Amino acid sequence: MGIRRRHLLACGLPLTAASTWAQTPHATLVQALAIDDAISLDPAECFEISGSEVVGNVYERLVEFDLDDPSQLRGMLAEGWVLDVEGRRYDFRLKAGLRFASGRPLTAADVVFSLARVVRLNKTPAFILTQLGWSPANVSERIQQTGPLTLRLTVDKPYAPSFVLNCLSATVASIVDSQEAQARPEGWLRRASAGSAPWWLREWRANEILVLDRNERFHGARPQLARVVFSHVKESSMQRLMLLRRDVDVARNLAPQDLDALRNASQIRLTSVPKGGLYYIGMNQKNPLLARSEVREALKWLVDYEALGATLLKGIATPHQNFLPQGLLGASTVSPFKLDVARAKALLAKAGLPDGFKITMDVRSAEPIQGMAEAFQQWAARAGVRIELLPGDGKQTLTRYRARKHDLYIGEWGADYWDPHTNADTFVNNPDNRDVASRQTLAWRNAWDRPELSRAAEAALLERDTGRRAQLYFDLQARVRAEGPFIILAQQAQVAGLRSNLRGLRLGPTADTSFLAPVVKT
Amino acid sequence: MKLLRLLASLALTALGLLAVTFLIGRVVPTDPALAVAGDRATREQLIEVRRQLGLDRSLYVQFGRYVAGIARGDLGESLLTGNSVTTDIARVFPATLELATVGIVFGAGLGIPLGVWAAVRRGRWPDQLSRVLGLVGYSAPIFWLGLTALLLFYAKLGWVGGPGRINVGFLYSVEPRTGLMLVDTLLAGDAEAFMSAVSHIVLPGALLGYFSLAYISRMARSFMLKELSSEYVVAARAKGLPERRIVWGHALRNAAVPLLTVVALSYAGLLEGSVLTETVFAWPGLGQYITHALQSADMNAVLGGTLVVGAIFIGINMLSDVLYRLLDPRTK
Repeated sequence: MGIRRRHLLACGLPLTAASTWAQTPHATLVQALAIDDAISLDPAECFEISGSEVVGNVYERLVEFDLDDPSQLRGMLAEGWVLDVEGRRYDFRLKAGLRFASGRPLTAADVVFSLARVVRLNKTPAFILTQLGWSPANVSERIQQTGPLTLRLTVDKPYAPSFVLNCLSATVASIVDSQEAQARPEGWLRRASAGSAPWWLREWRANEILVLDRNERFHGARPQLARVVFSHVKESSMQRLMLLRRDVDVARNLAPQDLDALRNASQIRLTSVPKGGLYYIGMNQKNPLLARSEVREALKWLVDYEALGATLLKGIATPHQNFLPQGLLGASTVSPFKLDVARAKALLAKAGLPDGFKITMDVRSAEPIQGMAEAFQQWAARAGVRIELLPGDGKQTLTRYRARKHDLYIGEWGADYWDPHTNADTFVNNPDNRDVASRQTLAWRNAWDRPELSRAAEAALLERDTGRRAQLYFDLQARVRAEGPFIILAQQAQVAGLRSNLRGLRLGPTADTSFLAPVVKT
Repeated sequence: MKLLRLLASLALTALGLLAVTFLIGRVVPTDPALAVAGDRATREQLIEVRRQLGLDRSLYVQFGRYVAGIARGDLGESLLTGNSVTTDIARVFPATLELATVGIVFGAGLGIPLGVWAAVRRGRWPDQLSRVLGLVGYSAPIFWLGLTALLLFYAKLGWVGGPGRINVGFLYSVEPRTGLMLVDTLLAGDAEAFMSAVSHIVLPGALLGYFSLAYISRMARSFMLKELSSEYVVAARAKGLPERRIVWGHALRNAAVPLLTVVALSYAGLLEGSVLTETVFAWPGLGQYITHALQSADMNAVLGGTLVVGAIFIGINMLSDVLYRLLDPRTK
């Protein structure tokens, strides 16, 4: 009997111990987050959501926008800047006493090195800087150090100052320790950090874990926590369970059903902020049916936007019908469309299609995209539009979309930097509609060629009066809403479930503005 | 000579495996350059990435270069992790090996006695129990079963650890010597960390083991029924040998030979990496690595992973052949 009892105790030990350990260490913040999208953590090439969040926390930029009012900009590393009367030269002055995590001082030479490096490497996010007229050939004269802590940036056109500064607040404009970067082999920055922010990258095991440690040499207020762990957990329901069991402090990829389940859970809080991502349907103008304006409008009346927001997107997105997400300068909240089958039928009849038509839609096999596609299929069928869904994984559908082989495509788009031009450029601009065009904006992918709207977007880009600039974008959205080949469905929200002992976590509208330094555990 | 023939046959098998995987990877309508350059890349950037990856060459050249690399022991670089595929596999495979080993110990350790018991009590309740367990094991989706088990044993009862291999509190407190968390924590002499590792592996291991158990117990029952109806068993009973000795000492010993192949193949199956179990339990193993690589068109990682899986299958088959000869004197 004694032996049996001992055996039972031995078997039970790990089990009872499991509940004892189900708590994160006091000085460590543990976030459950899908980090399998991250490819590189080099600011010059990082463009993925989880990677951007890390880069935003380990590097600093010249300027940043105010999270309370994202249209307001302020210096991050820059103490101030002066713009010349022509609107092309920006003279920056850095704060004194800045240091990298390596202990080296941060000077204007590092800023010049970092920005020029992005232009010279010309990786995917480089366009955010090269659109300012910077190229490998002219970068040395357009980005110049003028003193130990001063530099001059020259742009090719008198852009709206807010646009230039917003570009400089993007992840790609992060300032790298130039000596560290040059001393290391090529590619080192993909998996390490050389920044000046409150954290440094200790380790990244792809698809498993990513660890940030506190930068003890940080020139500002040091974080209270010593470590942040991003634990790769793909499943939303698993993130919820881990949050409830106190195995993580924050769950970041919660689906609507899990958000619902957590809404009344004790010691759990939910936080949410609108972010710069949109769900939309693209209509390829190469398809003669979709090239008819009545058909495009009819399809916009065949979506129950409110139902999507109340069910499939509940908690993770809100209905929105304009290409600028709320929070960006000039974003419109006008939402004229609703489910109106009779109106859609009338428009189809006017287009000579009283019995509807048959069409395909490329759909990524992932929620909530797939659910939205199926819902749209049912609504459209009520007006005789028979949609055949073509499921595929993300890369497959994207490959077809970028080759303009689709009829309809349902997907998502996130703002690349916090300025209205980012979306105006992609939803409106189509400078070259040939199949071999270099730039593959969303307007190009849907073969929507409207030069007058491209010109309107350019005018807004050059408008230096902020109020007038906002109005120009407002007008542009109205035209795209009415005529464009896009059914904008909803604006995404950044959501998180967190333990109630956590304070200071504030999600930003972009991935790189969810700063972790202010977080404390009580 | 025999060894040479065997090696040649192995090399041919591996080459065939690579050729098929390579072709499938190229037939899939996905642009691998997109995985690297991202959605925002311009046409020129994509062309440059394709050039860097060698995708602008003909299929023959690409395949030839890849095989030449393998001959030098170089599986190439993963597009997604930036590491050499060899390094990546060395990191993820121990996680799968550990999980599969716990799974097979559970599956065979319980499945064989259950199968034997069902055969001995044929038509009675132990047999029915074995049948029901087998049926559920075959038919229940592992994804659903995993989530339900986690909900019950982890979330509600708190008996086991959650997803992942160890509690995050032990991060950096145990030196990764073998990559096997149970072994490393023992080598470090850290009892608490070891307990944490045990509590994390118990559930996914048992779940994987349950699916093996379903198969192994049904096969064990079937082999035992055949043995128990053999003449030597009738003779043993007529001689008055105790039933326990007949079943465990004679019948099972003979049934063990084909059973070994069943267990070996189950183990090989588990070593391929159980994608769904690894996903549900956030277990960073080989299955998840290959699946993620496939979704991202990271062909070096897919091919490297496939080669490892193929090598495991071939290796375990060979091992079971050797054991077969040892156990069955007639094959000598």
